[in-house]
Amino acid sequence: MNDRIEKCIELKAPVSRVWRALTDYREFGQWFRVKLDGPFVVGQISRGQITYPGYEHVKWGAIVQKMEPEQLFSFTWHHSHDPNADISKEPTTLVEFRLEKIEASTLLTVTESGFENLPADRRLEAFRMNEAGWTEQLKNIESYVAPKATSA
Amino acid sequence: MTAKRQAHAPVFAALGDETRLALVAKLCKGQPRSISQLTAGSRLTRQAITKHLRVLESAGVVHSLRSGRESLFAFDAEPIEEIKKYLDAVSEQWDQALSRLKSFVES
Repeated sequence: MNDRIEKCIELKAPVSRVWRALTDYREFGQWFRVKLDGPFVVGQISRGQITYPGYEHVKWGAIVQKMEPEQLFSFTWHHSHDPNADISKEPTTLVEFRLEKIEASTLLTVTESGFENLPADRRLEAFRMNEAGWTEQLKNIESYVAPKATSA
Repeated sequence: MTAKRQAHAPVFAALGDETRLALVAKLCKGQPRSISQLTAGSRLTRQAITKHLRVLESAGVVHSLRSGRESLFAFDAEPIEEIKKYLDAVSEQWDQALSRLKSFVES
């Protein structure tokens, strides 16, 4: 059984630009949609608050594993939606970003592994949350496309 | 007979073994099978196969039922489907995050 997720994407930007978007905590927060308390430091816990619509109650908690400039950025993180979840005690999965230069572009490979560490009820809980997130997203789209007269 | 499920079923751990994966592959296609049937063609002993089946059973992936004097094992799709759904959901979240990253660095 495949217990890892692997994604590959070509980004039309230099490796240095992608590296900054991944490892600068403010830039990371913008596209990942999380408000981080401070910079990423290897071996240290990164904390923050998810800003993704429908997930705002969820805390971000990760431990930075590796930062090999313009090559590899990795962290472990928990999948708990419990606001009191403590990253140092929670089961985690490993997320790895690998960067590769292709002419003027960057080939980014993201893998997430270690799902066997997560207890079954946690997976189920997170899945339910995901459905709730989608409902919320659909509402956002609905209000976005709704006639202007009803919007503020 | 219903399968006994553990609340924290370690389904991935149960499937992270080649012998157990092979057993699941045999069982997921159809009829419940006896330990003898599942041992046939394997280099492992009946005892070893039984042990692997118990691991799968405790993860809720298979359940046992009795047929006369024999124990039969049958496949339960639910825990694996649940994991698949979860991985699909996480995978979808990564697709969305990476597409946001793409617009972020390409603009």
